[in-house]
Amino acid sequence: MRVALFLTCVNDTLYPDTGRAVVRLLTRLGVDVDFPMAQTCCGQAHYNTGYRHEAEPLARHFAEVFGGYDAIVTPSGSCGAMVRELYPRMGARARAEGRGEGLATALAPVVPKTYELTEFLVDVLGVTDVGAYYPHTVTYHPTCHGLRSLGLGDRPRRLLRSVKGLELKELPGADECCGFGGTFALKNSDVSAAMGADKVRNAASTGADVLCAADNSCLMHIGGTMTRLRTGMRPVHIAEILASTEEEAV
Amino acid sequence: MSGGTYLGMPAFPEAAHEAVRNQTLRGNLRHATHTIRAKRANAVAEVSDWAELREAGKQIKDHTLRNLDTYLVRLEESVTAAGGTVHWAADADEANRIVTRLVKETGESEVVKVKSMATQEIGLNEALEAEGIRAYETDLAELIVQLGEDRPSHILVPAIHRNRGEIRDIFAREMGAWGRPAPEGLTDTPAELAEAARLHLREKFLRAKVGISGANFMVAETGTLVVVESEGNGRMCLTLPETLISVVGIEKIVPTWQDLEVFLQTLPRSSTAERMNPYTSTWTGTTDDDGPQNFHLVLLDNGRTDTLADEVGRQALRCIRCSACLNVCPVYERAGGHAYGSVYPGPIGAILSPQLRGTGSEIDASLPYASSLCGACYDVCPVAIDIPEVLVHLRERVVQGGPVTREGAKVVVKPAKGHAAERAAMRAARWAFSRPGALRAGQRLASRTRRFHPRTLPGPGRAWSDSRAVPTVPAEPFRDWWQRTRGGNQDRTQDGTRGGAQDGKDAAK
Repeated sequence: MRVALFLTCVNDTLYPDTGRAVVRLLTRLGVDVDFPMAQTCCGQAHYNTGYRHEAEPLARHFAEVFGGYDAIVTPSGSCGAMVRELYPRMGARARAEGRGEGLATALAPVVPKTYELTEFLVDVLGVTDVGAYYPHTVTYHPTCHGLRSLGLGDRPRRLLRSVKGLELKELPGADECCGFGGTFALKNSDVSAAMGADKVRNAASTGADVLCAADNSCLMHIGGTMTRLRTGMRPVHIAEILASTEEEAV
Repeated sequence: MSGGTYLGMPAFPEAAHEAVRNQTLRGNLRHATHTIRAKRANAVAEVSDWAELREAGKQIKDHTLRNLDTYLVRLEESVTAAGGTVHWAADADEANRIVTRLVKETGESEVVKVKSMATQEIGLNEALEAEGIRAYETDLAELIVQLGEDRPSHILVPAIHRNRGEIRDIFAREMGAWGRPAPEGLTDTPAELAEAARLHLREKFLRAKVGISGANFMVAETGTLVVVESEGNGRMCLTLPETLISVVGIEKIVPTWQDLEVFLQTLPRSSTAERMNPYTSTWTGTTDDDGPQNFHLVLLDNGRTDTLADEVGRQALRCIRCSACLNVCPVYERAGGHAYGSVYPGPIGAILSPQLRGTGSEIDASLPYASSLCGACYDVCPVAIDIPEVLVHLRERVVQGGPVTREGAKVVVKPAKGHAAERAAMRAARWAFSRPGALRAGQRLASRTRRFHPRTLPGPGRAWSDSRAVPTVPAEPFRDWWQRTRGGNQDRTQDGTRGGAQDGKDAAK
């Protein structure tokens, strides 16, 4: 199976540790993972801000770069949802606008092959115990697009519960949005910040050291809020927890 | 949509700015929305076929909307045959003129009102007031809003932004000017507040000769109107007056009585979290010597036909005004209903107002952005309106313009003002993301200059750094590490063991 890592532009630029963790984790599980160097951005920020026509060439580029792989794995619920839920919608819109089948046909092959990381682990590799060791108290925030668009369900929690040394604390109001929302964080910064502060207060109430999620964009917002509120908690991507072992702590 | 009472509102972010800082409001909203949110979840969870009911509701509405012309004519025939009179109103002004004329023809200068979103949408009370006719709201929460010279902030519970203490003060201060004063020594216990309202309203029910209502549903095959309510004030208004005038949006139609069985299950559970609402009133035209002897139905368009012409946006017309989307919305919870600048707040308002009124005003152009696209609204919607999909669709209309239908004619709207810098940034990002080399050059530049990055951002970036720390740029983007190490494979070929990510990480430090 030819597996490609779709790291996402945010992770590539700002969170390379997450990318390294995914590579290390998948390699440990016997997956030969490739990082196609031509990858850039799925177009989600463009699409969700109203620039569908700017997003289209990026989606086509994505399909060209990743079309030849058997599986495309991404450590981001929202970018995964962009491909799986919104690429078909973009194709359908182009068709409805009388622009033919071109876009839909170009995007269709990558849609069913794209997996969010925890989905790939649980559904494709069939593992929940990935042999990880992480001696910390952790609370898990299910990010919205992973939760509602991809329907990740309890997969991330099952993976975390199998991590040796990890104590999982339930997060009150877990399925409430953290307030990131892409450009929402800038356009409606007051509401976004208020949502973030509430999320951080809920996380702090668990007594955990670490808030874990499967999306670094949300963690950038939550972590930035934690720093300002001086909670002493750390935001950590789930890949970094799952990649961690007794021999090699992340 | 003309005649709305909220035009001239500031854009959503400015309106929300104040609300977010109002701790009383935040507390009231948090308490109320979380309580009803949990109750709704329980009420829905006990129905084993909820998903099927939701799908059925969606399909009934979509079928009706596709054949709206047929069903509206059928409704007019059945209402007329049952002794009612049907009036057609293209917009708010026309509806207000019709209702004002009908009230004047009765010779009355007072009307009692059932809680109705359609009459709020058109600003009927203000239009009547201008013609010397006083409209009394009889729903408890609408009474609180009217007495407090306030605006509703929720579809189902319009005074959700008020707590008991505030309501007591409003009753004690204002009731006397509108009729029977509040009892001496009124406290803020729910029973006493309800009794004060009951006594105040009772004399209005008994005196009124004209009632005005909306309707939750109109059944085309029989010409029956349906009002679903909790307090019984609606039943009073619908049965005691001599003349009843109902103002109803054209999308409230269902083909048959049997279709009601779906919505009479999904609406109460979604809105008040009840298995069945306390009062469901149905009436068909007029009945001799029983109830109002004159019945007028004003069918309101006011932007609905234009909305119907938009193949993505039209799903908003499925809405049955249950408010479940408001109660789960994290943005609504913090910003409050007034920030939406419309009688329709929350997620449904954010997609309904910019369609009914167009995206021309500052508030309407800002509403599609009043969401983090978390999708909680879509999950709870009993008619499966994909609100995030419509929000993004309307964002596109705001920033890119495009063809829309206004007042029945196809027009092309221009992009809204104030998006030029964003558009340029999006284009630049698209250019860079279409060229991996350009992206890489940008990443390297960011990494090399990282020691000089400010901890607070200038310009629009302040919206981030005012409340959140700025992420630090790593010394090396992932792709450089990958190219250098092939994901750690080079280490393996060198010494036969897997250094892997850790070596890469160390090298990056």
